[in-house]
Amino acid sequence: MTFSSPAPSDEEIRTLVAPLTGLEGPLLPMLHAVQDAYGCIPDAALQVLADLLNLGRAEVHGVVSFYHDFRKVPAGRHILRICRAEACQSMGGAALADATLDRLGIGWHDTTANGAVTVEPVYCLGMCACAPAAMLDDRVVARLDDARMNRLLDEAGA
Amino acid sequence: MKIWVPMDSAARAVGADEVATAIAREAASRGIDVQIARNGTRGMIWLEPLVEVETDEGRVGFGPVAPEDAGALLDGTLDSLGLVEDLDWMRRQTRLTFARCGVTEPLDLDGYAARGGLAGLRRAAAMTPDAIVQQVTDSGLRGRGGAGFPTGIKWKTVMQARAAQKYIVCNADEGDSGTFADRMLMEGDPFTLIEGMIIAGIGVGATRGYVYLRSEYPDAIRVMNAAVQIARERGLLGPSVLDTGHQFDMEIRKGAGAYVCGEETSLLNSLEGKRGVVRAKPPLPALSGFLGQPTVVNNVISLASVPVIFERGADLYAGLGHNRSRGTVTLQIAGNARRGGLFEAGFGLSLGEVVNDIAGGTASGRPVKAVQVGGPLGAYMRPDQFDTPMGYEEFDEQGGLIGHAGLVLFDDTADMMQMARFAMEFCAVESCGKCTPCRIGAVRGVETIDRIAAGDARAVALLTDLCDTMRDGSLCALGGFTPYPVMSALRGFPDDFATRKEAAE
Ligand SMILES: Cc1cc2nc3c(=O)[nH]c(=O)nc-3n(C[C@H](O)[C@H](O)[C@H](O)COP(=O)(O)O)c2cc1C
Ligand code: SF4
Ligand code: FES
Repeated sequence: MTFSSPAPSDEEIRTLVAPLTGLEGPLLPMLHAVQDAYGCIPDAALQVLADLLNLGRAEVHGVVSFYHDFRKVPAGRHILRICRAEACQSMGGAALADATLDRLGIGWHDTTANGAVTVEPVYCLGMCACAPAAMLDDRVVARLDDARMNRLLDEAGA
Repeated sequence: MKIWVPMDSAARAVGADEVATAIAREAASRGIDVQIARNGTRGMIWLEPLVEVETDEGRVGFGPVAPEDAGALLDGTLDSLGLVEDLDWMRRQTRLTFARCGVTEPLDLDGYAARGGLAGLRRAAAMTPDAIVQQVTDSGLRGRGGAGFPTGIKWKTVMQARAAQKYIVCNADEGDSGTFADRMLMEGDPFTLIEGMIIAGIGVGATRGYVYLRSEYPDAIRVMNAAVQIARERGLLGPSVLDTGHQFDMEIRKGAGAYVCGEETSLLNSLEGKRGVVRAKPPLPALSGFLGQPTVVNNVISLASVPVIFERGADLYAGLGHNRSRGTVTLQIAGNARRGGLFEAGFGLSLGEVVNDIAGGTASGRPVKAVQVGGPLGAYMRPDQFDTPMGYEEFDEQGGLIGHAGLVLFDDTADMMQMARFAMEFCAVESCGKCTPCRIGAVRGVETIDRIAAGDARAVALLTDLCDTMRDGSLCALGGFTPYPVMSALRGFPDDFATRKEAAE
């Protein structure tokens, strides 16, 4: 998932979300569509969505900023979400997360210098019976240990 | 030869796809004709990937299977677990809501109907709304999403409300650590949820439904979307449900990574495209919910329990359970557990039976120190509380809650002060920001626990005070219930808060 294309035009954004205008409560589906296409919610999208839905730009911004999923700038080529919640903690998840960040030399929400991986915290992936768990893009991995995590990072090019 | 390899995301997360590929490859190289079917999970997560080979006697299980085992599996030299249905874990359950999960292919609607699916809907479709709501009331079903509110009463309120449009909203936000029943059901038997929502719709007079599904569950989103499409193509959803003249259609909506959106009013705001801020009640969502219209908001398991109540009868369901907790509870055994997974049984087992007997103690083999029941807002229970029966009131009496029935086990290496600190930190990260005790209190809570850790004994009283303020002054249970894990850790495991203090002195 590389998002290096130039900033989308208003027209492109409008075309992208137009099929969703008939939904009841269309804003979240629209924001997901924008982020799926561009890797983030570009500034230009705020005004386009505001106009389409008859909202203020600030209102749309307020919604975008409320949710953990939406980003203002694209992430690295891959997003690694490491679970920090209780079941994973009970199985050594905190140490695994620390070791991973150490190896990458970054903190939470940061991206590796080569742009390969952004690491995000997540609170539960529903893998609590086979903890600790993480998710690389859309793929969930569980019963993780340092070795499996390292293989995952290698695979992601970190 | 038919071989089952689960496609549940927990099974996939521990290698089920690789196992399926290896079996196909080995079969091809041996020239054996193998049909690989992808089921949901049986819930024995410690055995995943759990592969089943269909024989004349039944389905024989193998697990956990690694890709390297594929050859031996096909040659018949791999050690088997025996018939899956005969395993102790399976035999001891009363599987009603999860009867088909792990057994059938999730998107096989005919297979669903062949195993009892749609029978409940057919019965309900011939009943009056009053009779439908009465049946749910008689079953004793209480909301499985956490609060345990009687489902029949909620439905009755919506049924009696007058409005041009009513809605069924399924809460599939499942943000609690230790819970995965909603995910398992949606990935493993999605038509059960759809059927439950349709019955709810017919019962209360709602023609539209939404499943608000968290973005952390991409597999569940994919399966539910596919199931809805199939249901529409096959006339289960649409202008005349199964040609009964009842109208009902539904959509899957993806959340955006906010724990508080599991709270029903916050969820409704989110579904409307707003910030997921909690709404003050009243008005109840039952009267003024999605877009201001009367709305049933129910958890996945609550709705998915409805079809079997109509298929097998309210009496059968109500006949299971304990005191005022009727029917089955879908226990989710998680964390440091030897046998982690989903176990469905009538309410009333004791916590200790679940932890020691069913879960088999810890995965590490060390003593159990604490069990957090009910997610991040649930109390840490101590081994001396293990005779508490699984039931809403019984847990309440113990200063805890059953919540969504997730149990997270910790061994004796757990640091309960750190867990208390985490509870506060989690509340601070996930607070919707509407009220001060939660928004500010949680931040102060983290600081106060750090002061205790640094040896400030007076901070204990401060923490207790802060918890009282959060409990009494918060608008919703995020701020209001965070004191449960914090205070249960402080009161139940004082040594963990004292050792550093003493060491510092
Ligand atoms: C902070 C918070 C998070 C919640 N998360 C969920 C959730 O993930 N799933 C759920 O079904 N209910 C959740 N609830 C409970 C819902 O508000 C509501 O009680 C429930 O969806 C009602 O459905 P039920 O009666 O079928 O349980 C949460 C409540 C709070 C306060
Ligand atoms: S308790 Fe917290 S999450 Fe709940 S309404 Fe108040 S600020 Fe929002
Ligand atoms: S707590 Fe980590 S997956 Fe549930």
